Amino acid sequence: MTTLVTLPVLLPILGAALTVIGSRSARLQRLIGIAVLAVVSAVAAVLLVVADRSGPIVAELGGWPAPVGIVLVADRLSALLLLISTLVTLAVLVYAIDQRITDYGRDTASTTFHPIFLLLSTGVSLAYLTGDLFSLFVAFEIMLAASYVLITRRTNASRIRSGMTYVIISLTSSLLFLTTIALVYAATGTVNLADLSARVAVLPPGLQTLLACMTIVTFGIKAAMVPLHFWLPDSYPNAPAPVTALFAGLLTKVGIYALLRTQTLVFPQDRPSALLLVLAALTMLVGALGALAQNDLNRLLSFLLVSHIGFMLFGLAVFDAAGVAGTALYVVHHITVQATLFLVSGLITRRTGTVAIDQMGGLAQRAPFLAVLFAVPALTLAGIPPTSGFVAKLALLQAGAAAGLSTALVAGVVIVASLLTLYAMVRVWIRVFWGTEKEPLPDADPADELVVGTAATSRPMYAATAGLVAVSLAIAAAAGPLSSVAGRAGVDLTDRLPYVTAVLR
Amino acid sequence: MITLNLGMTIVLAVLYSVGFYLLLQRSLMRILIGIVVLGHGANLLLQLVGGPPARAPVLGTAPPELFADPLPQALALTAIVITFAMTTYLLALGYRSWVLVGHDEVQDDVEDRRIAERERPEGSMSDDTADTGTDDDEDPGSAAASSEPAATGGRR
Repeated sequence: MTTLVTLPVLLPILGAALTVIGSRSARLQRLIGIAVLAVVSAVAAVLLVVADRSGPIVAELGGWPAPVGIVLVADRLSALLLLISTLVTLAVLVYAIDQRITDYGRDTASTTFHPIFLLLSTGVSLAYLTGDLFSLFVAFEIMLAASYVLITRRTNASRIRSGMTYVIISLTSSLLFLTTIALVYAATGTVNLADLSARVAVLPPGLQTLLACMTIVTFGIKAAMVPLHFWLPDSYPNAPAPVTALFAGLLTKVGIYALLRTQTLVFPQDRPSALLLVLAALTMLVGALGALAQNDLNRLLSFLLVSHIGFMLFGLAVFDAAGVAGTALYVVHHITVQATLFLVSGLITRRTGTVAIDQMGGLAQRAPFLAVLFAVPALTLAGIPPTSGFVAKLALLQAGAAAGLSTALVAGVVIVASLLTLYAMVRVWIRVFWGTEKEPLPDADPADELVVGTAATSRPMYAATAGLVAVSLAIAAAAGPLSSVAGRAGVDLTDRLPYVTAVLR
Repeated sequence: MITLNLGMTIVLAVLYSVGFYLLLQRSLMRILIGIVVLGHGANLLLQLVGGPPARAPVLGTAPPELFADPLPQALALTAIVITFAMTTYLLALGYRSWVLVGHDEVQDDVEDRRIAERERPEGSMSDDTADTGTDDDEDPGSAAASSEPAATGGRR
């Protein structure tokens, strides 16, 4: 069973190596990529079932026991997030492969795309599974290094500008993370998370607060928490649709996961955190209001992404089992729906030739299926019942209402931000899908990545997007079992004992 | 608890402040140097938290209580490799930017500016003129700065 925990990290990195070796054959690369991610999804599903039945599964790398050696831990939360992340990665890979086939033909192999894509998946898996603060840093670096390449591939002037912002901000946050690790090590003499949870508790309160704030800033930058969000709407929209979808789905959520893990395990609190509550409320409002001002569809979605990071922070800020469970559920829902929306936006852009909302119109008549593909995730994001968004928001609201006056107030902000999301989505719907039909704009620059016209979209691209819509509907259908798993994960996280005892046997 | 070396603490403070100051610059070359300096600061900090200099941690050469803590050294080694790789990548990015755009300056968010322009006539005049003022101030500034990195690029 312990071997199984290492597979989500080992398989993608081996796959990446194989795709480099097999870079002559486009078909082989595609096969490796899809097979690896499919196997990892299956492994993640098994891990989730086992972790849910019999507690966290721990793999000691090199056979060294916990505080000395590096451990990989799959508990309910990490297995759940690993499963949904890998499924989304798989769908995005199918979409990306078909976009490449449509654009460059069936036989164009790439020496960079497939290896880097799998490396990104390696980093994400490692970040979810590691039980060690320094390995978490390494996981972030693998993931970010892969993302730097993906965001600056086939650069043009505008992409290099956004790529630069992204790379510099991410590097800065990585260096802050390194500083945090050094300070944590200086104070406690360990970097193992389970070990830290006992050792940080005996530190002076001031020092604890300092270290907690350092982690909040570090992961807050990665998760795009207001006021550290400014890089996100600037850098994400310029990347190709599948890359943006992957980033929006996974990268910020890995930041949230790291925040969730460190705050509950290492810096636990027994009452709601005022700082996180304020930050969550600000993130929700700034993101949602920012989205209303946008005319670029991808930027609008990016601002909504920022806004919904606030929802996840809110669950964490409540700091009880119900709140943390709400965040876990929300992360699962949001990974799926945000990736779907960016993929749909890619399809829309290929049909209309523009990302500017005011230059689109009447798309519902020309592309009714696309309209359905947009409408379902849009309503899900806003949280209309009976979608997965409603289930996740309900969990958050219940946790907020139960935890006291201050959290109940911020729960009110959750409702306002949800309504603003709905308003933004309805505005997009009216302007893009209704109204007078507008002719698609001609392809502004035939040499760039954006190819325009009905021939520029293929059936498998729609199928991959529809698959993700189906996943998000399945989340809503399986709301009962899923929220009970999330609930148990929340209890695990706030209880801390299952994780700590499993690691430090 | 580790007692800090005052000299090293001052070096660290200088490295961190110089690093962050350079990060705030417009030219990518300066930002790059900022990241390098900051990376040195972080790695030095990792070294420093391992305690004062001591014997090499090889079993049999000295009693274990005289050993230096090897873990921070291993961490710093990993971090140095990562910072090195990222520096190389950032250099390549700077060069690419210089080829494509003609300078290696990190520019403003174009769409953000467009939205600010669009909103200007509708909003209250007093606030917006203040905004315009800062915009105008920034533009010549960045234009002037843009000639500088180009020269740096030339020297490279």
